[in-house]
Amino acid sequence: MRNDMFSVLRRSPFAMKKAAQYVVRFGAVVACLLMFAVVSPNVAQAFSDEELRNIAEQLNVKSATKKVAVIEKMAADGDPRVAAILKAMLEGDLYVRDSDEHVVIATKKGKVYTHIDIVSGEQAGESLSKELSKIKINNRLRGALRDALATLNLFSPDLTVRTAAVEQVMDARDPAMLPLLLRAIDREEDETLLARMELAQATMALAAGETTEERLSAIEVLASETTPQIRAVLSQFVASAEAEGFEPEVVSAAKDALASVEGRLSTWQTVGDVYRGISLGSVLLLAAVGLAITFGVMGVINMAHGEMIMIGAYTTFMVQQALAPFLPSGSAWSLIISVPVAFLVAGMVGVVIERCVIRFLYGRPLETLLATWGVSLVLQQAIRSIFGATNQQVTAPDFMSGAVEFSTGLVLTYNRLWIILFSVIVVAGIAAVLRYTAFGLQMRAVTQNRRMAGSVGIRTGYVDALTFGLGSGIAGIAGVALSQISNVSPNLGQTYIIDSFMVVVFGGVGNLWGTVLGAFSLGIVNKFLEPVAGAVLAKIFVLIALILFIQKRPKGLFALKGRAVEA
Amino acid sequence: MNDAVAVEMNASDVPQVKSARAETILYVDGVSVTFDGFRALNNLSFYIEPGELRAIIGPNGAGKTTMMDIITGKTRPDTGDVLFKSEIDLTKMDEAEIANLGIGRKFQKPTVFESHTVFDNLLLACSGGRGVFQALFHRLSDVEKTKIEKTLITIMLEDKRDETAANLSHGQKQWLEIGMLLMQEPELLLVDEPVAGMTDSETEETAKLLRNIAKEYSVVVVEHDMEFVRDLDCKVTVLHEGSVLAEGRLDHVQKDPRVIEVYLGR
Amino acid sequence: MTDYRQKYQMTPVVGWLLKDRGGMILLAILIAAAILVPIGNLLMPETSAFHVPTWMLSLLGKYLCYALLALSVDLIWGFCGILSLGHGAFFALGGYAMGMYLMRQIGDRGVYGNPELPDFMVFLNWTELPWYWYGFDMFWFAIVMAMFVPGLLAFVFGFLAFRSRVTGVYLSIITQAMTYALLLAFFRNDMGFGGNNGLTDFKDLLGYSLQSDGTRSGLFVASCVFLGICYIVARGITQSRLGKVLIAIRDAEARVRFTGYRVEYYKLFVFTVSAVMAGIAGALYVPQVGIINPGEFAPALSIEIVIWVAVGGRGTLYGAVLGAFIVNYAKTFFTGVMPDFWLFFLGGLFIAVTLFLPKGVIGAVPAFGSPDRKSVLSGLRKRIADRRTNEGGKA
Repeated sequence: MRNDMFSVLRRSPFAMKKAAQYVVRFGAVVACLLMFAVVSPNVAQAFSDEELRNIAEQLNVKSATKKVAVIEKMAADGDPRVAAILKAMLEGDLYVRDSDEHVVIATKKGKVYTHIDIVSGEQAGESLSKELSKIKINNRLRGALRDALATLNLFSPDLTVRTAAVEQVMDARDPAMLPLLLRAIDREEDETLLARMELAQATMALAAGETTEERLSAIEVLASETTPQIRAVLSQFVASAEAEGFEPEVVSAAKDALASVEGRLSTWQTVGDVYRGISLGSVLLLAAVGLAITFGVMGVINMAHGEMIMIGAYTTFMVQQALAPFLPSGSAWSLIISVPVAFLVAGMVGVVIERCVIRFLYGRPLETLLATWGVSLVLQQAIRSIFGATNQQVTAPDFMSGAVEFSTGLVLTYNRLWIILFSVIVVAGIAAVLRYTAFGLQMRAVTQNRRMAGSVGIRTGYVDALTFGLGSGIAGIAGVALSQISNVSPNLGQTYIIDSFMVVVFGGVGNLWGTVLGAFSLGIVNKFLEPVAGAVLAKIFVLIALILFIQKRPKGLFALKGRAVEA
Repeated sequence: MNDAVAVEMNASDVPQVKSARAETILYVDGVSVTFDGFRALNNLSFYIEPGELRAIIGPNGAGKTTMMDIITGKTRPDTGDVLFKSEIDLTKMDEAEIANLGIGRKFQKPTVFESHTVFDNLLLACSGGRGVFQALFHRLSDVEKTKIEKTLITIMLEDKRDETAANLSHGQKQWLEIGMLLMQEPELLLVDEPVAGMTDSETEETAKLLRNIAKEYSVVVVEHDMEFVRDLDCKVTVLHEGSVLAEGRLDHVQKDPRVIEVYLGR
Repeated sequence: MTDYRQKYQMTPVVGWLLKDRGGMILLAILIAAAILVPIGNLLMPETSAFHVPTWMLSLLGKYLCYALLALSVDLIWGFCGILSLGHGAFFALGGYAMGMYLMRQIGDRGVYGNPELPDFMVFLNWTELPWYWYGFDMFWFAIVMAMFVPGLLAFVFGFLAFRSRVTGVYLSIITQAMTYALLLAFFRNDMGFGGNNGLTDFKDLLGYSLQSDGTRSGLFVASCVFLGICYIVARGITQSRLGKVLIAIRDAEARVRFTGYRVEYYKLFVFTVSAVMAGIAGALYVPQVGIINPGEFAPALSIEIVIWVAVGGRGTLYGAVLGAFIVNYAKTFFTGVMPDFWLFFLGGLFIAVTLFLPKGVIGAVPAFGSPDRKSVLSGLRKRIADRRTNEGGKA
């Protein structure tokens, strides 16, 4: 079974879905088993019917303090029926029936209230509003109710509810919940959840523990965890420890634990920054790699490069619209089909631009810059006139939604992971085309010595057009990927153009690997600065650093040396 | 001005100067430079005496242009010394400083200021104030005017003085560029392929021009054209793969078996 | 030839100005406008055919500021080949300096009535004026800053860039990065320049209400005068030996170095002068439009300035002025009549001018263009041919 599942995973992304189904089914079976395990002992613990009714009627008092006491008493028992009562109370559906002073849950349907008996959970008559008086709650009570419900949820048959409850308990860190939590721990059979529960117990024991040993063992449990939450618990404890007069050994143990948790967290933080940097880097790389060809290889400053990305993104949108009737929602096919289509559309637009504008301006980079800027304005306005200025919705296929989450706070979203992978594939593809195909050879020949290439029978104009088309087409492919993370709007291209140029210039013109390294290093530097300086300042610093960097290495990281370049 | 003083002071710090250096205008010793693993110059050494006219020849890729780049400060050598007038270290200076010391360079491709008239081209090259504000408030003096007129005659362009440089023929541009070097009043002239693309008569004229110039200045000419080198009638240095292969009169050099091998292939 | 050379040695400024036909026409128009437009606005009754409505006065004043900005770009691009895609930054900095003065002039008439702090600072709960706002209550200080700050930025930026020989498109790209960084910075509220909204709600200048026709006419005249002065300064620079060195740098930078000129100093000088002019343009612009916000730093706007120059004709100075008027009038026209069409027009203009009118409108006029001007198509053909011959050399 296990082997089978993994081989399926390896085969194709679509199999992931199937695998997910296995997991869900498996989970359902476990949940059923757990329900038996959890529910049956509960029945033995519960209030008798009479007790329940009596205690519930005590809720009918004015004083909020007294109500809180009653709520806590009810919750402490762990009777599943109590959960329904408290939930109704929280939602304002708990009433006292004037006729018999019984507490009932009532829901309104039109003008008529349907009563439900709190003990049996069955329907128990109807009435109009004036025959009922509501049990009033205020914010303080709401808090108490939520806490109480959280505690009760610890005994819920549903694993996900219990998991959520444990998290809530851990956040609340109310020592009053400790006994209940201990009981829940006794009964819990799911190992992962059990570990969380023990952790929750430790966080409470730290504050509420009676003896030094209890505290020390709690600290020991906490020290092995690596989450921001635990760091908060420990640092709060350490901060208040002096004032509270805890034993020095406890304080020093807590300090050590805090230091070790912080140490590991900062490692994870670094890992997270690197990951986010790589993620940003892959976006920059996708945006810039087409430019690495048009600017880097051909020396053409294409200010309309961003608009090629935009065209790719709009092509994705169009393909999705066209295929929507034929494909189930969340299907990956429209995105997969978009890749070649976007390549062709953007590539063709690129060829047209090269033939109509750029070829007249070779060797005049500044004029090329201005003319292509003009092209970019025209393309932007054309898209705006056709599709409108508003953002278009490109829906993500199932395999790109969702995320892998780590308890340490690191979240890897699937769309980012796919984009990283995609950018690597695209770059590898370009490298292969340049190195191994006849076209790649001709292209390199033309860029190195146009006249010579012409004399050995290469149609240089044709190669120019195709090279520019290739660069533009790749920008189109980038647009497919970026449509998943950016707004698809006429301004999409403008968002990326400056960054793309920075990457290419930083990496060194005419060097694909320079572009790759440039993109990832800029991405990572940016993400490392962000927590320190904030997103905007980080970006400003990166720009300034780049400006200064260019002073030092005017031709980028991997500049070609020698006289050939200067001539 | 200050630079010159500073240089002189530096020179006095170096009391011992090798006798070989003592009377040289240009002294190149053990210069090597590498571009991405390609050794453009390999332990290159030679020297030029004051007032000498020297032709440097060599096949493509022998390092002729790189050598010029190093002398004029465009490229820095990895190792080796380049001394001007026996004592000024050129490897630490930039192009403008070296030009102001009195080393003029003509490019392989004629490079003149195409939008300016011939007169203005020479005016800009005219020695004297190179400072921004000097240039801003500069007025044409009679001395300068006379000098320009003289040069116009030397380079045979006196009737083209108000013509835009862009409208000159290829050969005339070469002459104008040489004229601009003369206006700088250099002590050493580096001339890179002065007759490339010239007609036979222009080539002859150019040889005559350079021989005349060599009476006043030291001149280094890099050239491919053997006829022209013969016309120059001077000492020849043959470069190959970044170092000196042979040196001497042209007749002598042409008989050297290694030179024949390099030129005729192996 | 010899005659006028002698003549301009005797009376230098008048000499070269008289020689400059386009410049004479421009200065004459500016003088006429500075006299007639305010008369038309202030003295002519509204029913008169010669009446100049206030909106038109402001519009023309705005164009004059743009013209000055275009002039500053032409000085470096047309004459020295430095294509700055960040000149909007210098313009905006000049504008901010003036805006800060106007903010301080509001005094306690703001919404919050704080005599010391501008409204947005009160809104951000700031309790005291940041140090860099000191002195901006004085007009002369603001004017000095409007020139000094852009000049300093240009000096520092240019010093770094030119010293390390960043040229051509690399320079263009980093100037764009510079203005983009400033755009992001000025959007931040923490910067203390009003963040997103910028500086606005100005009341008066030197005690005169900005809303009054008299003040507006005064600003218009000031714009004419400054454009005229800056034109003469720019012309003075370009016709001097320094100007010839600049053109030489544009055409053959390496040759200039080997001739013994420190190219970086020349570039730095002209770049700084140009930035100061842009700053002056910004300072004149802000009181006339009544607002300055970070949008002025947008890289797209800076590129637009370049097209003004290109349309008019680069390297002529008066062409830049003409181009600024043509393009901005077109902008006013299109955004009023058919806003969707404006970007098509502007984009088309970029393409058409670079392809068909490399010398701009001025170059197309025989009296100003070069005598051997050829037809548009043959120009294109020549360019392709040029490219074929140049390609060998490039490798």
